[in-house]
Amino acid sequence: MEAAAAAAAAAAAAAAAGGGCGSGPPPLLLSEGEQQCYSELFARCAGAAGGGPGSGPPEAARVAPGTATAAAGPVADLFRASQLPAETLHQITELCGAKRVGYFGPTQFYIALKLIAAAQSGLPVRIESIKCELPLPRFMMSKNDGEIRFGNPAELHGTKVQIPYLTTEKNSFKRMDDEDKQQETQSPTMSPLASPPSSPPHYQRVPLSHGYSKLRSSAEQMHPAPYEARQPLVQPEGSSSGGPGTKPLRHQASLIRSFSVERELQDNSSYPDEPWRITEEQREYYVNQFRSLQPDPSSFISGSVAKNFFTKSKLSIPELSYIWELSDADCDGALTLPEFCAAFHLIVARKNGYPLPEGLPPTLQPEYLQAAFPKPKWDCQLFDSYSESLPANQQPRDLNRMETSVKDMADLPVPNQDVTSDDKQALKSTINEALPKDVSEDPATPKDSNSLKARPRSRSYSSTSIEEAMKRGEDPPTPPPRPQKTHSRASSLDLNKVFQPSVPATKSGLLPPPPALPPRPCPSQSEQVSEAELLPQLSRAPSQAAESSPAKKDVLYSQPPSKPIRRKFRPENQATENQEPSTAASGPASAATMKPHPTVQKQSSKQKKAIQTAIRKNKEANAVLARLNSELQQQLKEVHQERIALENQLEQLRPVTVL
Amino acid sequence: MAVCIAVIAKENYPLYIRSTPTENELKFHYMVHTSLDVVDEKISAMGKALVDQRELYLGLLYPTEDYKLCRYGYVTNSKVKFVMVVDSSNTALRDNEIRSMFRKLHNSYTDVMCNPFYNPGDRIQSRAFDNMVTSMMIQVC
Repeated sequence: MEAAAAAAAAAAAAAAAGGGCGSGPPPLLLSEGEQQCYSELFARCAGAAGGGPGSGPPEAARVAPGTATAAAGPVADLFRASQLPAETLHQITELCGAKRVGYFGPTQFYIALKLIAAAQSGLPVRIESIKCELPLPRFMMSKNDGEIRFGNPAELHGTKVQIPYLTTEKNSFKRMDDEDKQQETQSPTMSPLASPPSSPPHYQRVPLSHGYSKLRSSAEQMHPAPYEARQPLVQPEGSSSGGPGTKPLRHQASLIRSFSVERELQDNSSYPDEPWRITEEQREYYVNQFRSLQPDPSSFISGSVAKNFFTKSKLSIPELSYIWELSDADCDGALTLPEFCAAFHLIVARKNGYPLPEGLPPTLQPEYLQAAFPKPKWDCQLFDSYSESLPANQQPRDLNRMETSVKDMADLPVPNQDVTSDDKQALKSTINEALPKDVSEDPATPKDSNSLKARPRSRSYSSTSIEEAMKRGEDPPTPPPRPQKTHSRASSLDLNKVFQPSVPATKSGLLPPPPALPPRPCPSQSEQVSEAELLPQLSRAPSQAAESSPAKKDVLYSQPPSKPIRRKFRPENQATENQEPSTAASGPASAATMKPHPTVQKQSSKQKKAIQTAIRKNKEANAVLARLNSELQQQLKEVHQERIALENQLEQLRPVTVL
Repeated sequence: MAVCIAVIAKENYPLYIRSTPTENELKFHYMVHTSLDVVDEKISAMGKALVDQRELYLGLLYPTEDYKLCRYGYVTNSKVKFVMVVDSSNTALRDNEIRSMFRKLHNSYTDVMCNPFYNPGDRIQSRAFDNMVTSMMIQVC
């Protein structure tokens, strides 16, 4: 509420300052920090006035900024607190126009503050001096324990002071709420830095023992007290300037502060980046998750496993890539336990809205993590007691904001049941629920890892389509089936049959058994008769040979073989006839000569017969083959002619491209 | 000092190319592109021997008429090429310095590859790599 009031007042004040530029003082350009500071002071002065028109509750200041005035009393106190000499103050009041108009409106008040700052910086109190950049005015408040200063970070005298946010208010609200949430999940004694670590120069740890109590107005005392003791909240209400009502509050705050101081002293006190500090329960959660991925806490998680795991957080890949870069300190592609915790923490922070740091924060470095958390469990009584004090202080506002952020992360998977065993408040458990993990999903990870492993592999083989086509290259198309051995045209001629018998015939010299020859009555006689009657039977032979010989070409050739056959028949038929007359004619002459050679002539004639038979058969086969050859030649000629015809057609059809 | 540093993938497309913005960047892109041919030539010439025997550092790629800008090449075992255009007007950079620069590049590239969220073949968007390249472009001068 105060934040809204201060913000509105600041915005309005700027407008008012701009609006009031027409009269008297020149337009005032305030930086963000100055605006905030001045608005706080103004609100305080206005609020502390108690009554009076427009100076009542801060809401009035918000509603009608133009009419708000700061009562003279608190303003005078404030000015005196700036420790400027009285005449300077008078000059300032004169210059800012309050004397002229008679009251301290926002315009006048801001100008006065700026002039105070100028005076404190040593510049002359002139209107011109407020045009330049000035540090914030410093007001020393002598009341209460310790000194409270608003000032530059440069002005540290051993105490670190809080600087107002230099960021936009909206972001600061968001961050503060996130920080609230974050803080609640973390140990309560984490030192205060709500700002994202990207702006570390602006934030330093505030030692709580010093007199910086950001106590709010009475409406919100309890809640922020532990926070404010540790956090530089946006709405610095400030300090002690309130009335006596704040005293008991402060006392309480100091008590709580003392606790936190003890805690702080135990912590490592040189790191300002608190959102990057891992709390105990977070640490346990991370370690449990690590164990679920990799049972041995001292070994690595490989890159692909971690990739699957972190991808579940639904952050974008470039962000995850950057987180990996930050957390994998040794760049080995694997995460040890501290590296894993750092990465996890960065993811959680990113999910909560923190921008990622430029470099790994010191609290997340592996050495620090290993040193800070040597054991997975770290009992701490003070933690528990302190955390229990938190629930009482929670504001509905923060709960609302937390719920919205939980809803944002509602798409994350169901929580890990292990972590909810801790007995922190329900808020923390919701945070844990929102964290992206699930033990039940781990069985899915091997499948995911396989599929994901396959994915980078396939990408590494980034093959173009050409290569793929080459890899899957088809075999050349099978050639058309070869023509059968049988000729379509010469189907009447079965070459197989012809060839097959010819083979055994050539080998053995035997054709299929020739027709049985009638036995020769008398080989010797037949031979003589054959020789003798060869000539006279030549005339008869041709006609007979013509009939008998299958081959036309071999008529002459076949005559001799057929002659013996024919002559055999004839002579056989006529043998008796011829033999009788021949024998009768040459009986007495040849009988004597023929008788001594009957056996020898018989054998040789038989052999001759067999040879002649074989010759005959071969000649027959030869004739057949010759005829076949002629037919095939004929077919070849025809096919050639066809081919020529087709080529001619192709030539005619082909477009004329070849030159 | 290096005025342009480029990382070329095996398939000869750029994974990362950065040049000092003072000059026309297109000119550097063109120079890197033309030097790819020279790199390929050098690889294939040496390719007859075993890959192990092939040295990673290629040295000055080819002499140009422009004596100010020298191009140096470096090939990794996975055929990823680094091309660096160096402005040699200030000091004649020694070979060793160029080699050390390439070694740093190679180490950073390896670190980028170690990141499981980096898919080989993507453009390099690692901030650490960017920082290292920036340091190289500023430092050596």
